[in-house]
Amino acid sequence: MTSSLASSNLATGPLLDVRQLSRLDQTGANQLLKPTDFILMAGAQIAITGASGSGKSVFLRTLALLDAPATGEILWQRKPVPSDLIPVYRTCVCYLAQRPALIEGTVLDNLQFPYTLKSLGKRAFNLSVATGLLAKAGKEASFLTKPAGDLSGGESQIVALVRALQLEPQVMLFDEPTSALDPQSAAAVESLVQHWFDAGAGSRAYLWVSHDPEQARRMSTRHLTMNKGMLELEQSV
Amino acid sequence: MNYQNLTAVDLAIAATLIFINGALSVMLKLGLERQLFWASIRTVVQLLAVGYILGWVFANAHWYVVLPLICLMTLVAGISAAGRGKRTYAGQLIDSVVSVWSSSWLVAAIGLFVIIHIRPWYEPQYAIPILGMILGNTLTAVSLGIERMTQELVSGRNTIEMILALGGTRWEAAQSAARQAVRAGMMPTLNQMTVVGIVSLPGMMTGQVLAGQDPESAVRYQIMIMFLIAAGSALGTVFAVLLTFRRLFSADHRFMIHRLVLRT
Repeated sequence: MTSSLASSNLATGPLLDVRQLSRLDQTGANQLLKPTDFILMAGAQIAITGASGSGKSVFLRTLALLDAPATGEILWQRKPVPSDLIPVYRTCVCYLAQRPALIEGTVLDNLQFPYTLKSLGKRAFNLSVATGLLAKAGKEASFLTKPAGDLSGGESQIVALVRALQLEPQVMLFDEPTSALDPQSAAAVESLVQHWFDAGAGSRAYLWVSHDPEQARRMSTRHLTMNKGMLELEQSV
Repeated sequence: MNYQNLTAVDLAIAATLIFINGALSVMLKLGLERQLFWASIRTVVQLLAVGYILGWVFANAHWYVVLPLICLMTLVAGISAAGRGKRTYAGQLIDSVVSVWSSSWLVAAIGLFVIIHIRPWYEPQYAIPILGMILGNTLTAVSLGIERMTQELVSGRNTIEMILALGGTRWEAAQSAARQAVRAGMMPTLNQMTVVGIVSLPGMMTGQVLAGQDPESAVRYQIMIMFLIAAGSALGTVFAVLLTFRRLFSADHRFMIHRLVLRT
């Protein structure tokens, strides 16, 4: 099952190819996302800024196939994704929500949780990978036994990020991952992301929605803006 | 021991007991007099009506009389099961009716044909009260199950979407909520089974004893009924939760929370 979606060693090809993708709100009267053409190449680091409610999250959620588009299609490595492979697709194109959702239990329970899912197949939790990632965020091994309910907002965000990055997705869709964080935690998140991106040697890519223009510049090689559902190239820089 | 029939005068004496409630309501300023009055009237009118209808059905025991009646009973149970909870979704009424109908009829059929061996199959003296008891409990279980399911899905939305985003299937995302919902639906029956006979004497058994049946034989019937009720509510809850799941999660593994709307 996993094999049919796995990377085909085409490190240079488009990972995502999106044509005329649009979304409507529940009433069907308002366009949350205007018809959008978009190509995500391997190695791309893209930041998206824009007013809140402009459709940045909508775009990321639609790319992760979490919400149904009104029109258009999404090609993953040039092929459409059949319904039954959508969970596997989401392990390759992973959406990280703005508000981290942790399950009951310890940090370790949370990091192990994804490996209970069917679409991860035979992949197993690797403690040294997980502790290595946590160490990059300045967390010691004792952090693993901390109950999820006792974590601060910043710590929760780091756990959610490590939980996703350890699965080594090819594409990450970050939805304001540092919005509620102090500068120190934000720096930890940025360095974790940079580490995951560099480890892919040009085969990975991400979209980063940010409210902070400074961060957007720092974390991207291409800067887009979202304006009332319209995705545009940033003009000022 | 003979069976004492109650006359209209006896009932009138019993009805005066409602004045105790009325007096309390006035003294403690509960403001319940109107409701007490209408509740008493409804008790009398509804039960008299049922008595007449059942009397007529028993006297005309044909399948074309019994079948429409039990269909109507089932439909009403299914519709009332749909009327609870803060939130609803398009299709909840159908899901409730289907769950109540399929589970209660399946279990009642086992009770009536495999255990009691009634003949003919529509014998109203058995079919109506036994189906009725199963329906009453199944409807509670189904409505609790759906209510809990929608509640868990709303409160667990972030976790559900997190599981989907990490590559979970729609079932992996929903199963914690579904499990809670099935538990909630089965809980009243389980509680009842634990204390039956100690804290409460079930109505049916009491009735049989009053009618002159020996207690041991009445107990056997009650045991059978308890298991029929347990099976009916368990099946009904599972059906209802699965149907709710199918409505709120698409085949594309999307959680369609927007289909859940507040009841108006």
